Amino acid sequence: MAPAIQARGLRKAFGKSIALDGVDLTVEPGRILGLIGPNGAGKSTALNAILGLTQCEGDLKVLGLDSWAQRDRLMTDVCFIADVAVLPRWMRVVQALDYVQGVHPRFDRAKAERLLDRTTIKRTSRVRELSKGMVTQLHLALVMAIDARLLVLDEPTLGLDLIFRKAFYDSLLNDYFDGDRTIVVSTHQVEEIQHILTDVVFIDRGRIVLDTSMEAFETRYAELAAAPEHLEFARALKPIHERQLFGRSYLIFDGADRERLAALGEVRTPSLADLFVATMTPASAESGRAR
Amino acid sequence: MSASTIDTAPTPKVRPFYWSVRRELWENRGVYFAPLGVAAVVLAGFLYSSSNLPRLVARAVAGDQKAILALHIPYAAGAGAAYVISLAVAVFYCLGALHGERRDRSLLFWKSLPVSDLQTVLSKASVAIVIQPLVAVAVALGLQLIMLAWGTAVLAINGVDPALLWAHLKLPFIWVMLPYGVVINALWTAPVFAWLLLVSAWAKRMTFVWAVAPWLALSLFELLAFHTHHVWSFLDERIFGGMAEAYTIGGLGKAPVIQLSQADPLRFLANPGLWTGLVIAAALLAGCAWLRRTRDPI
Repeated sequence: MAPAIQARGLRKAFGKSIALDGVDLTVEPGRILGLIGPNGAGKSTALNAILGLTQCEGDLKVLGLDSWAQRDRLMTDVCFIADVAVLPRWMRVVQALDYVQGVHPRFDRAKAERLLDRTTIKRTSRVRELSKGMVTQLHLALVMAIDARLLVLDEPTLGLDLIFRKAFYDSLLNDYFDGDRTIVVSTHQVEEIQHILTDVVFIDRGRIVLDTSMEAFETRYAELAAAPEHLEFARALKPIHERQLFGRSYLIFDGADRERLAALGEVRTPSLADLFVATMTPASAESGRAR
Repeated sequence: MSASTIDTAPTPKVRPFYWSVRRELWENRGVYFAPLGVAAVVLAGFLYSSSNLPRLVARAVAGDQKAILALHIPYAAGAGAAYVISLAVAVFYCLGALHGERRDRSLLFWKSLPVSDLQTVLSKASVAIVIQPLVAVAVALGLQLIMLAWGTAVLAINGVDPALLWAHLKLPFIWVMLPYGVVINALWTAPVFAWLLLVSAWAKRMTFVWAVAPWLALSLFELLAFHTHHVWSFLDERIFGGMAEAYTIGGLGKAPVIQLSQADPLRFLANPGLWTGLVIAAALLAGCAWLRRTRDPI
């Protein structure tokens, strides 16, 4: 099957600042990709390019279509939540349902109604009367009722409390993802989405610094809580990152032999968040600094 | 809902357009509430003064020109006021139509659905150029029918023959000329509304100022530099020319049309200004679609 997203040499500059600096990315159908990076790393630009909202240099095919030139066709198969709270504030919930049903050939009204029935959202409410969390629930209900092949979520839970964030991703997995659809999600809350991802991409200063499946991630990276007496020896194995926590040293290794590390202390798979910090900060600047 | 029966319609482009127009009317209820409100005020004034009606009809029958005019005024004023307020609503609607969605970022929601930029722009243009004038005509006709019914009832109760009123009102003439003038004016001013939409798609703030200021500046510059007023005349012609075309003899802006035979739609259709205006409107709307495509939310 053709890749859901195939990008080669994507480049985009806004004036002097370079948002994307030669991005290559392939996303196969049926994957859930997390796009993770610091503010201004180019996440939103990359997602906007995929959605045909921004024109980029380079070659970009989404579901086999040129996402900029063939955007109108693409939008039947792609859906996105580009930002929190972009639903028009004057709109009533029932109007939102009517409208999406009216314009989208793949909208399942009954499914949207079922999803909304689980919330406390009233059909007659205007969006401006809903809390931020309810607006997100409404948007998600609309989007999940659309039978799209690619769903793009750009910081979909920004500013929501933990309960809403958790429910959001649970709902996405249970009620939407079916193994054929592709989901791309960008977020700051790395820990919360780690368990739902099949693939992860770190992006920094417009470049992809890590692109791996979660299975490969788990075998490739190891975190060692080094026993004090083995610390110097462990450091000699060239960890990519070291931090101190409660007087213990935690070292992250890329591609190290786990059995060998096990002799030096406790070994586990690092969290995405820790690896993210390790990848984004040069080892020399960070090593030895206590947090 | 009946909409589900349209699901299988063979013309998939019409459906998003229809719903785009509907959603514009959900958001901009002023499109119909403003003319309805004005009509309600005119109607209230008419009802308040209707006890005078039998005397007025008697004077009109006796040939009093002032009384004949007074019989007409509520009907003409009602229609005129409903139309003028509709034009004002359409102007401000256009200035906000492509600006508001960028400002509140709802643009990102609209763009997540399979409705093209051109369809959206056309739906917004059609609200200003087609729907708003239709609403004005419908409100004006409804108002006049209510006033006619009420006037007839008042006269009948007072023992005056209502036919005397009808003979003086010339309502059939008004009912032809009102839609006629509204259609001509809509076609003639289409580029004006397209320009307002373009500014709304382009400007980051103060759309009204951006829409008006360049033209005023240009007029002023021309006046000071060359002591001429071509730009000003051009604006005057484009904004008020449609009304002059429809409602004055020969479209000259002097003697008003007072009978149907004086209206000349063929002369209007032969006016190259109509067609250049429509071509310019089409170009401006294409520009709107391009701007909507490329511009980010504010």
